[in-house]
Amino acid sequence: MSDQVPVLRLEGIVKTFPGVRALDGVSFDVRPGEVHALMGENGAGKSTLMKVLGGIHAPNEGQIFIAEEPVTMTSPMQAKAKGVVFIHQELSLADELTVAENIFLGELPLKSFGRVDWATLYARTDDILKKLNVRFTAKTRVGDLSIANQQMVEIGRALTVSPRAVIFDEPTASLTDAEKVVLFDVIADLQSQGVGIVYISHRMEEVFKMTDRISVLRDGQYRGTLETAETNEDEVTKLMIGRSLDLSRNETEHEFGEVALEVRGLSCGQQFQDVDFAVHKGEVLGFYGLVGAGRTAIAETVFGLRTPSAGTILINGKEERINSPIDALRLGISLVPEDRKDQGLVLGMNCRDNMTLPQVGDLTAGPFVSDGAEIAIFDQYRDKLDIRTPGWRQLVGNLSGGNQQKIVIGKWLSMRPDVLIVDEPTRGIDVGSKSEIHNLIRELAAQGYAVIVISSEMPEVLHVSDRIVAMYSGKVMREFTAQDVTEDNLIQAISGLGDDKAA
Amino acid sequence: MTPDKRKDLLKMSAIWAFILVELAFFSIIGDRLSVSDKAFMDFENMLLLLKQSAPIGIIALGMTVIMINGNIDLSVGATFALAAIVLLESMTWPFMQTLGDWAIPLAWLFALLTGVAMGAINGLIVWKTGVDAFIVTLGAMLGFRGLVFMFNGEQPTSHLNWTLVDFAEAQFLGLHTATWFLLATALLLWLLMTKTVHGRNAYAIGNNREAAVNAGIRVGPHFLLNFMLIGFLAALSAVVFYSESGSVNPNDGMLYELWAITAVVLGGTKLAGGYGSIISTLGGVIAIQLLRKGLGHVGADTQTVNLVIGLILIAVLILDRQLNRKGQEELKI
Repeated sequence: MSDQVPVLRLEGIVKTFPGVRALDGVSFDVRPGEVHALMGENGAGKSTLMKVLGGIHAPNEGQIFIAEEPVTMTSPMQAKAKGVVFIHQELSLADELTVAENIFLGELPLKSFGRVDWATLYARTDDILKKLNVRFTAKTRVGDLSIANQQMVEIGRALTVSPRAVIFDEPTASLTDAEKVVLFDVIADLQSQGVGIVYISHRMEEVFKMTDRISVLRDGQYRGTLETAETNEDEVTKLMIGRSLDLSRNETEHEFGEVALEVRGLSCGQQFQDVDFAVHKGEVLGFYGLVGAGRTAIAETVFGLRTPSAGTILINGKEERINSPIDALRLGISLVPEDRKDQGLVLGMNCRDNMTLPQVGDLTAGPFVSDGAEIAIFDQYRDKLDIRTPGWRQLVGNLSGGNQQKIVIGKWLSMRPDVLIVDEPTRGIDVGSKSEIHNLIRELAAQGYAVIVISSEMPEVLHVSDRIVAMYSGKVMREFTAQDVTEDNLIQAISGLGDDKAA
Repeated sequence: MTPDKRKDLLKMSAIWAFILVELAFFSIIGDRLSVSDKAFMDFENMLLLLKQSAPIGIIALGMTVIMINGNIDLSVGATFALAAIVLLESMTWPFMQTLGDWAIPLAWLFALLTGVAMGAINGLIVWKTGVDAFIVTLGAMLGFRGLVFMFNGEQPTSHLNWTLVDFAEAQFLGLHTATWFLLATALLLWLLMTKTVHGRNAYAIGNNREAAVNAGIRVGPHFLLNFMLIGFLAALSAVVFYSESGSVNPNDGMLYELWAITAVVLGGTKLAGGYGSIISTLGGVIAIQLLRKGLGHVGADTQTVNLVIGLILIAVLILDRQLNRKGQEELKI
């Protein structure tokens, strides 16, 4: 295969921004019919590289070749015309328009006087949908589709031309396992047609399953390309962060305190039904399941953001009604939400103000907020959590994902909760910071907090949890202890297969 | 200094730099084209300018709070007129007539309470129904104006109280009464927004409402409080203005909401909420008044003045966008 002409080749790409060398001599190539993973921590330069490739940034040095022909990219549209298309992590679809209109957005087939040629539009869309092997039609409103199907529409956009290279940016971030399978089929199909695929992902498991070669970036520098078949996760991780990530199973055995939070027969409409669990002081309880299995909804119910339709919540053995986050905070429950930027942080505010947000009402001197009290709290948790920021005045939006997450965690720890719920603690966080967050969670448990961790990543759940609750379709399927859990059992339970064993 | 801080400082001082440019422009160019003999930079003229800024200025300061909080209030002009009618009309009531000059503070109180009540109506609807503030206050704008017309038809409502006029025309340390009210309002709101819990939470809610809710902040009460505040300030503006003039037309205060928003936006506060500054709004108010006066000084008519202010507003926002663009990452449209 190696003697084939690469569909896409980058040579010595350099891109500098004021004060930063975002890309420092990046070279790699994609062969026809190859899936080539591009890996690196957040901030390693993957996004910048894609923007150079899409013509959004002009490189300072270096050259892009398509089929060994030097090209200059000026816009994503022009890149597409040359056969390089992007499937972005974040969907950019118009919900109110149909599938066909979205797929051909900006290039609708026209008749005279600028009228849309609907017949051609639907015929061409049907061809594309057939290739994608999906069940919805060209006339479906995009807003009515599931996220996975919307992603298929996004992919459909790439197929309006015959692409030479397709770049997938974290395509599975919001997909369930079943939906991933469909995506992988599409990728395999493209592959068989000789299209070169660039696959950007944080997920080792997928990368090893899907790809032929892996190229790694670190701090804007190209660190090398490995043949997937001849390497392992450890080696790739080392290239990415310069050391390996510890994701061993949690083996610590220690005594737990009393039950801090117990839930009996808790239901919330269609979201989840008849859920029982208890978490002790000093314990990490993991919630594992597919996206949509109801894990987040449980957390939101306990935190007072949703109203339960049945069941009771007991805190320190006492039945409580939690109608709002205000109630939850008063009762010592905190929630680090799934989506840091939308739900957890006020991005336009500085680090200190974000951290003291829930308790600023208590930090007053006379009618005014006490600067000193706020800074004291910020300093305490900055040191405790090792938050790296130039100072409390730094806007939280300018911090890295890991440090942002620590600000959110610090915000809740400063409230001195008994129960800390962390939803997807390391989503969108680079590998190096991941292990820091993991250690932090273990440490908090050791200090006596009752911690609930919701995660879609099995290694993470296995790494941090003392016990694991497996959920499927709104129901608790099984509960495991760290000692008796196996990956197979866990997968079966969250796929709805472990039913009999649980009974 | 971090780039962020530098940018912030630049944005904060931009409006004041603009004011300096205006002053320079009208002093130099103005003296050649002037239709009067007086110099533009005349001290008396500047004092008058501050006084004339007060009615819309006081409202604009309140609008800043509302907009930082992530809302908007289009009903301020109508509230202004309604409060003015209450102020002047209440002084003609028989029992008020018997009180002599004590009727004045009472009339003020009635007017201010009217403003607070109108604001409370807006705030409660926004809080309890979750309907967008733009729609709610658009309805209120029409509704409150309807009340104004119901009161006296097309006729003006008048009542002159000379004690009141004397008070309004008084000057203390050189500044007019209205100017003192404007400056005091600015100071108090600045303290409110930068130093108090309410201010902090208002910023947080405007910037990311969901995160604020998750942090246990009660969003609704903050909304209500801010709408009551701007209702109060619209009434205060009316009290300050009509104490002197003594006669209110049913069309008075129309378009005030738009002038107030213009001043706020010129001062750099974001329409989307979560970012803005009281002091910069004060700058925005003065900048607009300077333009009006300056252009009047060189003989331009009202239409021209409006055209120029409109153009400048758009130019400022284009500039602001350029300043805010993060490299070339911004979406090209």
